[in-house]
Amino acid sequence: MSVTGTIVAAAESGSDGFHAPGPASFDLPAIFHVGGLGVTKPMVLLLLSVVVISWFMIAASRKAAVVPGRLQFAGEAVYGFVRNTVARDTIGSEHFMKFVPYLFSLFMFIIVNNYYGIIPLLQFPSFSRIGFIVPLALASWLLFIGTGIWKHGALGYLKHATMPGGVGGPILVLLVPLEFISNILVRPFTLTLRLFGNMFAGHLLLILFATGGAYLLTSGNILYGGVGILSFGMGIAVSFLEMLVMFLQAYVFTLLSAMYIGEALAEEH
Amino acid sequence: MDQFVLAAAEAEEHSPLMPILSEVVLALIVFGILFFIVRSKIVPMFEKAYAERTAAIEGGLQAAETKQAEADAKMAELEKQLGDARHEAARIREDAREQGAAIIAEMREQAQTEAARIVDHAHTQIEAERQQAVTSLRAEVGSLATSLAGRIVGESLDDDARQARVVERFLTDLEAQQGQSNAGAN
Repeated sequence: MSVTGTIVAAAESGSDGFHAPGPASFDLPAIFHVGGLGVTKPMVLLLLSVVVISWFMIAASRKAAVVPGRLQFAGEAVYGFVRNTVARDTIGSEHFMKFVPYLFSLFMFIIVNNYYGIIPLLQFPSFSRIGFIVPLALASWLLFIGTGIWKHGALGYLKHATMPGGVGGPILVLLVPLEFISNILVRPFTLTLRLFGNMFAGHLLLILFATGGAYLLTSGNILYGGVGILSFGMGIAVSFLEMLVMFLQAYVFTLLSAMYIGEALAEEH
Repeated sequence: MDQFVLAAAEAEEHSPLMPILSEVVLALIVFGILFFIVRSKIVPMFEKAYAERTAAIEGGLQAAETKQAEADAKMAELEKQLGDARHEAARIREDAREQGAAIIAEMREQAQTEAARIVDHAHTQIEAERQQAVTSLRAEVGSLATSLAGRIVGESLDDDARQARVVERFLTDLEAQQGQSNAGAN
């Protein structure tokens, strides 16, 4: 809706100059209202992702066959990736199973909502809306802090997180606040901003190439038209790049959450 | 459509970095639902498949190990039996050899006893026969000597030729007599 919508908009408004896409392109109007609250496309997409993930994963895991079918194999490939590569290898084989449901939900939720950005007609990465990321980052933050407190006790965890082993003396005055900021304070923000920034920028780039290409093609100038085609070509190239980024951001968010948990569980630095 | 976009753009400048509360709440609820479904349904089912697969593989390995152990035990038992049989055969051979030697020794002893007995018997017989012969010879020689002496006395004993003739005739008679008595005995 957003890209196609803005392309049409750009093409129609060709006469009164080019409106470059900006942050406002992400503030979509409400599709309908429920009790005074406007329901926008990203909200619907977010709900849809839960339906899609649940449906696919339940269908894939329902049989739980020893010899998997094609669907179960696909589901197990994704589940095994999160379970073994992300959770077990970073948290350790002792405690990782407790965190697999969360990490798997997180990974699936982010990757499906990211790939909305390149699925025709949907074409909007939900996580270019920062509000959707906040609960996820907060959940990861609370989870790893809670894990640390469970493992070391409140004060023990504070010491574990802020005092690197083998360092003593006055340098701690400098180090402890720094460690506290980097290990506890900024993590939810970096988690949020990394995912948001990538999705926001990627989508903005796609809109720019699409609307810009459309504007140049309809400008009437043949040379501009050539550049417009180039712009569409760039848009396609960026789409492929985005496919990689969309996967990577889901992976990074999940991996970092797992690493924070693993760090909180670690015995020593 | 463009009106919406433009309207959104013209709306109060909303920073994309500012989360909207309704979106935060929605994401929280939606993610909570997803987490609940994943936790209660999807993860247990995948884990069940994993566990079953592990059990199947480990079961297969265990079965193979049991079979291997059984085969090893059977092999050992067979080897033991073979060894026993070899040992038994050697023992039997040894026994047979000993028995054979004993039998041979016994036979030899028996044969020697028998030979001694036979020799003894022969000696006794020979002795008896000799005694008999001596007895009969003594009697015969006596009678012969008497008859020869009678003859010699009856004839003239002046020359050697006659003497020789008498002896010769006597012996011839004696021989004839012997042949008669022999024939009669027979």
